Amino acid sequence: MSTPSSAGPACPLPLGEYPWVVLAHGGGGRLMAQLIERVFLPAFANAQLDRRHDGAVVRLASTRVAFTTDSYVVQPLFFPGGDIGSLAVYGTVNDLAMCGARPQYLSCGMILEEGLELQVVERIAASMQRAARRAGVQLVTGDTKVVERGKGDGLFVNTAGIGVVESQIDIGPDQVRPGDVVLLSGDIGRHGVAILAARESLEFEATVCSDCAPLAEPVMALLAAGVEVHCLRDLTRGGLASAAVEIAARAGVGIELCEREIPVLEAVRASCEILGLDPLYVANEGRFVAIVPQVQAEQALQVLRAHAETAQAVAIGRTTAAAAGQVAMESAVGGHRLVDRLSGEQLPRIC
Amino acid sequence: MKYVDEYRDAARVRQMAALLGRVARRPWVLMEVCGGQTHAIVRYGLDELLPATLELVHGPGCPVCVTSVDLLDQALAIAARPEVTLCTFGDMMRVPGSGADLYAVRAAGGDVRTVYSPLEALELARSQRDREVVFFAVGFETTAPATALAVCQAAREGLANFSVLAAHVRVPPALEAILAAADCRVQGLLAAGHVCMVMGYAEYEPLAARYGVPIVVTGFEPLDIVEGVYLLVRQLESGSVGVQNQYRRTVRREGNAPARRLLDTVFTPVARDWRGIGSIPASGLALRPEYAAFDAAARFPALPPAARAAPACLSGRILQGRLKPPQCPAFGSRCTPEHPLGATMVSSEGACAAYYRYRRAAAQEAGP
Repeated sequence: MSTPSSAGPACPLPLGEYPWVVLAHGGGGRLMAQLIERVFLPAFANAQLDRRHDGAVVRLASTRVAFTTDSYVVQPLFFPGGDIGSLAVYGTVNDLAMCGARPQYLSCGMILEEGLELQVVERIAASMQRAARRAGVQLVTGDTKVVERGKGDGLFVNTAGIGVVESQIDIGPDQVRPGDVVLLSGDIGRHGVAILAARESLEFEATVCSDCAPLAEPVMALLAAGVEVHCLRDLTRGGLASAAVEIAARAGVGIELCEREIPVLEAVRASCEILGLDPLYVANEGRFVAIVPQVQAEQALQVLRAHAETAQAVAIGRTTAAAAGQVAMESAVGGHRLVDRLSGEQLPRIC
Repeated sequence: MKYVDEYRDAARVRQMAALLGRVARRPWVLMEVCGGQTHAIVRYGLDELLPATLELVHGPGCPVCVTSVDLLDQALAIAARPEVTLCTFGDMMRVPGSGADLYAVRAAGGDVRTVYSPLEALELARSQRDREVVFFAVGFETTAPATALAVCQAAREGLANFSVLAAHVRVPPALEAILAAADCRVQGLLAAGHVCMVMGYAEYEPLAARYGVPIVVTGFEPLDIVEGVYLLVRQLESGSVGVQNQYRRTVRREGNAPARRLLDTVFTPVARDWRGIGSIPASGLALRPEYAAFDAAARFPALPPAARAAPACLSGRILQGRLKPPQCPAFGSRCTPEHPLGATMVSSEGACAAYYRYRRAAAQEAGP
């Protein structure tokens, strides 16, 4: 029996049977990976893109510059712990940070729907400015388009960003070695649960706030401390599981995670339990994994724990030479299982 | 988290597994009925903790998986109608009918919504009087009472734009069909705790007696399942046959009386087709004649059943515990979550989905 690998550029799985774009193509799971592999990678083919990192690191004159872009379509526009504006700043800042770059300049493209209240646009602009100040970046260029009523969902934002890679080391899945330690910067699942609760007007005993935060400072601190960071990945759509699977596949190593070590806030756990979701796959906007050499793992944890955004950093697993490309998990009760990407989004269960 | 943490406690699970190891002497074939239990077993790797002499086979308890292709095609056709808003549980979105799935209908312009409760569909019908709101009602006796409640409320309010496409199914007739088969290997059953929370377990007692198969009503957490297996094996080893209740924190013998009354008021048992298995007498719930006005199957013209190619999907045998997912020649090759041949590969309670998601490496090694 030929069983396809879960990811990788030569994935032999058929691209679903969908002649149209379906929502799952944007869910951060296997369908999205297939869409990228089948459509965009061949169309744009170049070495930078093929690295499949959160951003590209290019050389301009003698300077290494990281460059990335991201679009934000979140609903509702405002949610506990943030809004689409702060998300658009931190998301792009974090993608740059994951390249080992110090984020510097951002662009802001706004697509506004006819009829949207101006005060909403003002609030979001103010929030973006506050977020930019906190992240130490400037929004230096922008663009505004308005679409007819019904042709947009209130407001979409695109941000692109550049930053300078000061460190000499290469960061990316191809740097990962067997025996490395996988560090997680904090508890998982907050952003996804906060959005879902706000979107569906679900009321839980405790309000869960999005973890939306800039991550460049702790990453810069890791590099400044001389930690030879092998790979960084922020956890967004698809959650910790999808990030781990992607790294394992790109790096050609196995990853073993320990479920007991992965912190999940009590309120997030309870919400996921009620909604039938697995926190491993729930979105985050202020968390990342760092893969570092085992001898520097403890030092890296100390550095991370000195920063507010990463004060709860923990080691959650290690990389192995065996089972290359796969992520295994020791379950909370001691059994073992594979961790896989989802096809699309997590679907609420029936019962 | 109370009622969750203590049932996922690693030390207690291992203690229970050790206890089980001491009573299990002979090989036994046990079936967990519910797909939720199948997923817990595979997700937590519970089978690693059980004595090697025990074989767990997976049962028919995935309502999404057993919904017939004809019913699905009917739902897809209704969802594609311009005047209709079709609501259903998220699980149903990616289940293939004879052609498309509900995601594809939505991408092509159909108004398809996922809801957590039929009462949300009812609310939608109240707020959009110019739309036909159809609830595609899937599930065992667990979800059926909420559908019944929605129908009762719609009747009380005279909500003419609300209707239900009833695909509800009942567990005991399906178990009877499995146990009555001449080549049945199942020697003990873990019954689905949440179904019994509604229905109680008195109706399982004659089944256990008739087929000489002990039944343990079991919960869904790791400790529940290991304890359920322990109680089952203890009965088997001692030669006793009865119905025991492991899920005491939730289940009473008589079940939930108001919910059962509601079911009896709105629904009546009918023969129903189970995908891959065939028609099982009295295994479905249909609206009673008094509520026929809310029957979407009557409101929207039925389609002629689609012509079908020979099924490459063996989910019927998987749902009866006759085959394990990795033993299917299509598993992981022609059949994947992106390109499912059957519902067991996409449903969050489907056995094939559980193996694909949590066990692909092992399946690869064990596969044919």
